[in-house]
Amino acid sequence: MKTEPNEQHTLSVLVDNEPGVLARVIGLFSGRGYNIESLTVSETEHEKHLSRITIVTRGTPMVIEQIKNQLDRLVPVHRVVDMTVAGPAIERELAMVKVRGKGEQRVEALRLADAFRARVIDASTESFVFEITGGSAKIDQFVVLMLPLGLVEVSRTGIVAIARGPEGM
Amino acid sequence: MAREMTGAAMVIQALADQGVQHLFGYPGGAVLPIYDELFKQEKVRHILVRHEQGAVHAAEGYARSTGKVGCVLVTSGPGATNAVTGLTDALMDSIPIVCVTGQVPTHLIGNDAFQECDTVGITRPCTKHNYLVKNVDDLPRVLHEAFYVAASGRPGPVVVDIPKDIQFAKGSYSKPNEFQHKGYRPKLKGDLDKVRTAVDVIAGAKRPLFYTGGGVINSGRAASQLLRELVKLTGFPITSTLMGLGAFPASDPQWLGMLGMHGTVEANLSMHDCDVMICVGARFDDRITGRLDAFSPGSKKIHIDIDPSSINKNVKVDLPIIGDCAHVLEDLVRLWRASSAQVDKKALAEWWRQIDKWRGQKCLAYRGSNDIIKPQYAIQRLYELTRDRDVYITTEVGQHQMWAAQFFRFEEPNRWMTSGGLGTMGYGLPASVGVQLAHPDSLVIDIAGESSVLMTMQEMSTAAQYRLPIKIFVVNNQYMGMVRQWQELLHGGRYAESYMHSLPDFVKLAEAYHAVGIRCDKPADVDDAIREMIDTPKAVILDCIVDPDENCFPMIPSGRAHNEMLLGDAGVSPEDAITEEGKVMV
Repeated sequence: MKTEPNEQHTLSVLVDNEPGVLARVIGLFSGRGYNIESLTVSETEHEKHLSRITIVTRGTPMVIEQIKNQLDRLVPVHRVVDMTVAGPAIERELAMVKVRGKGEQRVEALRLADAFRARVIDASTESFVFEITGGSAKIDQFVVLMLPLGLVEVSRTGIVAIARGPEGM
Repeated sequence: MAREMTGAAMVIQALADQGVQHLFGYPGGAVLPIYDELFKQEKVRHILVRHEQGAVHAAEGYARSTGKVGCVLVTSGPGATNAVTGLTDALMDSIPIVCVTGQVPTHLIGNDAFQECDTVGITRPCTKHNYLVKNVDDLPRVLHEAFYVAASGRPGPVVVDIPKDIQFAKGSYSKPNEFQHKGYRPKLKGDLDKVRTAVDVIAGAKRPLFYTGGGVINSGRAASQLLRELVKLTGFPITSTLMGLGAFPASDPQWLGMLGMHGTVEANLSMHDCDVMICVGARFDDRITGRLDAFSPGSKKIHIDIDPSSINKNVKVDLPIIGDCAHVLEDLVRLWRASSAQVDKKALAEWWRQIDKWRGQKCLAYRGSNDIIKPQYAIQRLYELTRDRDVYITTEVGQHQMWAAQFFRFEEPNRWMTSGGLGTMGYGLPASVGVQLAHPDSLVIDIAGESSVLMTMQEMSTAAQYRLPIKIFVVNNQYMGMVRQWQELLHGGRYAESYMHSLPDFVKLAEAYHAVGIRCDKPADVDDAIREMIDTPKAVILDCIVDPDENCFPMIPSGRAHNEMLLGDAGVSPEDAITEEGKVMV
C-alpha cells in the first residue's frame, strides 16, 4: 500500500466546558494511536461554558481526516476546524525561559532577549526569567541561544491559533 | 410541570416517561434508593439477571429485536466493571443502551471507598457518551439526554453514573420534552447533490453491487423497505455484512449471501470485480475487506453512512453521502424514479451470468454424513424446521455463529442478534433472554457453541425466574471451534488449550436450571430433537453433538484478498494459504 507522507495540522476544537471533556479528547488520541504534538485548552466563552482546544497533530491525510471526524462525533464537541487548511491562520506560543548567569553571559542574554522581543518578568542578581511569544520556531531558536548562556528551564504553553480576517470559527 | 422528588424517583420517572417497560439489572449498595423506588411502582418491570454482563447483553437483544433503547441498572464498582464488556459490545455494534450505574456518595468519590471505581473513567472509551451527575438538578436533563444520545445518530451505549447522595437528594423533575441537547444534532438528510450524482453513477454501472450493513437495520424498518425497493428498481445483486442480515430477504434471487471472511464465493468475488459498489450502512471492517490494497480494486465506491468517521477510515471512497440510511435511500429512490435513468441492461445481464457461474460453485456445500452430525447440517435442519415460524435468532461467537450466518436465512430485519464487532463469547444466551421478554410469544433460539455458552450460562436462572421459553441450541464440537480452526491453519495443528475438557452434562445442567435438556448425537435424530425443542413450552438446552473436526468455509485467510478464498475441499494446503504477514493479523 502506498504510504502517504505525514503532515502537521493545527486543529481548533470548540467544546462544552464540562468535566471530563479533555479526558475524552486525549483518550481519543491515545486510544486510536494518533499523535499530539501540542495541546492547549482554556475556557473562552464563560457564559456559554465553551472551551477552545488547540491541538497540533501529525499524520497522513487520511489519518488527519479521521482525527477530525472522530473529534467531531464526540458529543460535547461543537466544532472542529482545521486551521492548516481553513485559510491563513496565525499561530503563537508563549514561553517562560529561566537563565542563570553572571557577568558577560548575563549581558549577552539580555541583549539577545531584546533582539527577540522577550521581556524580563523576573530577575535576581544571578538569574532572569524571560517571557517570549511567537511562532514555535522563534521560541525554539531563542531557547537554543540561551543554552550556552545558562539556560535552567523552559515552560511553554503550546500553540494557540486563530484565523486571519473578520470571520470566527 | 416541575415536580419535587428524590433523585432515585427521578430515575424511575424518567425511564417511565421514556417509555421503558423492561429494565435489566442487579441491585447493590450504591443503587438501593433506586431499587426502593422500583419497588413502589408498576410501570417499569425489573428483570433480575445473574451477572451484570448478562444485563447489558439482554438489553442489547431487547434493543436489536425491537428498535427501542435497552435499559440497564447496576451498582457501583464491580457492578459497573462487569457491565463493561456489554457496553463495549454495544458500542462496536451501534446498539442504543442507557446504563444507569450507582456510585459512592460524592464526598467519598476518589477516596477508594468500598465498591468505588472510576466508572466514567473506565467507561469513557466504551460508551458513546457518559455522565457523572453531581447535582440532583442536572439529573432529569442528563437522563433524558442519555436516551436522546443513545438513540440518535449512530446509536450506542450511554452511562449515567449517579452517586448515592444524589439519589437521596430532592430536586424538581421535568419531562423529556422540556429539554433539547445543546449541541448534538446528527445529520439525517444526505446532501441532495451527492444523491443526484449517485443516481448517475448507478445508471452508468456495468458490474454493480449493493454492500449493506447493520446501519440499515439500525435505521429502522423503513430503511429495509426502501433498500428492497431500490434493489428491485435496479436489478442489482446485493450482499450484506454479518450485522446487516435480514435487511434484504435471503430468499430473493438477487441476494448473494453474506460477504467477508466467511462469506460466499459469489458475494466476495462480486465485491472484488464490481465496477460500482453501493455501500449502505456498513463500515469496511477488516473482516469484510481482507487485504486492503487488493480490496475491490476497480470499483467506484458510494458510501452512505450516518457517521462521518466511518468515511475513508479503511477504504477511500469516491462518493461519500453522510446521512441516515432511510433518509438517503428515500431520496435515492425518489430521484431515481424522477430521473429517466436506466440501468445498462445488457451489461447487467452479462454480470449476472458471471455471478451465476460463481454461484454454481456451491461454496457452502459440505460433505454430509450418516454417522456423525455435521454442524452445518444441524443448523440447516434448524432453519428448515423453524422457517415458517415467528423466529428470532441470537448467537454466541465462533464457528457456529458463522455457520448460522451462512445457513440460517433471514427474511426480515431485527430477527438476527449477534455480536459482530466485539465478538463476545457469551452474548447469545443473555441476548435471547432480552429478545424473549420483548417477544413473549415468539420462538427465540440461541444458536450456541458449547464453549461460548458456558461464559454466561448462569442466565438460564434468569430465564427460569421469568418463565422464558428460550431455546439454547448448542452446536457441541467440544472445542473452541474457531480457535481450533485457526490453530489448524496457522499453527501446525497444535491445539493449545482449545479443547474443552470436562464439559458439563448439558442435559443435567438444563435440569438444574429448571429447564428441559435434550441430547442428540445422530444425524437421523436431529429433526426429532429440534421438533421436541420447539414443542417444549419451557426453556430448553439442546445438546447437539457434532463433528469436532469440521472447519468453517469458505474462508478468506487473514492477509489475503477476496479472490484468494479457501474452499472446503479445494485442496489448498493451509501452509500455502496464509503468508507470514497474514499470521500476524487476527
